[in-house]
Amino acid sequence: MARALIHVPASAKKGDVIEIKTLISHVMETGYRIGVTGQPIPRDIIDDFVCTYNGEEVFHAKLYPAIAANPYISFFTVATESGTLAFSWTDQHGATQVQTAAITVE
Amino acid sequence: MSRASFVISLVIAVATTARAADIPLDQRRSDSDFVSADTLAMQNDDIANPAMLVVLDGETLWNTKAGATNKSCADCHGDAAKSMKGIAAHYPAFAPELGRPIDLQQQINLSRVTDQKAEPLPFESKELLALTAYIARQSRGMPVAVKDDAQAKPFIDAGRVIFEKRQGQLDLSCAQCHDDNWGKKLAGNLVPQAMATGYPIYRLEWQEVGSLQRRLRNCMSGMRAEPYDFGSPELVDLEYFLMWRARGLAMESPAVRP
Repeated sequence: MARALIHVPASAKKGDVIEIKTLISHVMETGYRIGVTGQPIPRDIIDDFVCTYNGEEVFHAKLYPAIAANPYISFFTVATESGTLAFSWTDQHGATQVQTAAITVE
Repeated sequence: MSRASFVISLVIAVATTARAADIPLDQRRSDSDFVSADTLAMQNDDIANPAMLVVLDGETLWNTKAGATNKSCADCHGDAAKSMKGIAAHYPAFAPELGRPIDLQQQINLSRVTDQKAEPLPFESKELLALTAYIARQSRGMPVAVKDDAQAKPFIDAGRVIFEKRQGQLDLSCAQCHDDNWGKKLAGNLVPQAMATGYPIYRLEWQEVGSLQRRLRNCMSGMRAEPYDFGSPELVDLEYFLMWRARGLAMESPAVRP
């Protein structure tokens, strides 16, 4: 599976706005490039990213071929309760990678 | 020496050194000073720097057994955070078994072949770049300190000759841009001093991590010159000269460049 890096603050105060940062390795091949043999290189991209916070969706993005390789996505959410943030990236073939991070909210 | 021959030799000396001198030591600046604030922020944030994904791959490889001896890098070298600290800042370095200097990638392959009894990894392969990036990461912030003793001197000098030699259809030398015209613009970009302190780099143009040799070959294509082959003595000499030229500057691997 692709390698991903996630940054979620380990702890936060209830009501705090927290920054979440994610990075995943992926070629994000646009489908518009020509390979050394003269054949087009087939499109191969991650096209969907979702973050859920204790099961509730807090961020959702659609990705398109103009996104650079190794997509970096950062966003903000409000720390409401202790629990788990789950991140899932789905590629155009339907393969999904899920990674989680825990947060403690006081 | 007669007066006439003195004048002639003076004219020849001026003609052959008709370029600015080396950048004074205290005016040298990291190539990071020549990139945009956004690119620099990406480099300095381990979550945003895409090369960190490759560094993590390198950590996995460091602990993976390989070759006929079925040993990993870690089996001999232990924790890279300790054993590899500062190592990349000392490469290229003289390899007695080969009688000439080798760069960090070649050192990794030398160790694979002689110690692990494994196949060498191809230049620019994901695995070799990952191991190189992982090892280089352990030297971040440490000063470049390649050896410049009598044994190394001829190779550094050979690198300097390549650096200062005009080549290619554009008839340019590395020095014309990076010694004489750094800080000015080439197309839309600032010309950096070519202080090779951040390799392997994540280059935005490549959308991936690449070695200093790949970058040098890029520049040569840009000069419409025939690039030296990966692993060729000329490229290693040039790498050696560049690292000697950057002596004392802080390592930044893995850097992000436009």
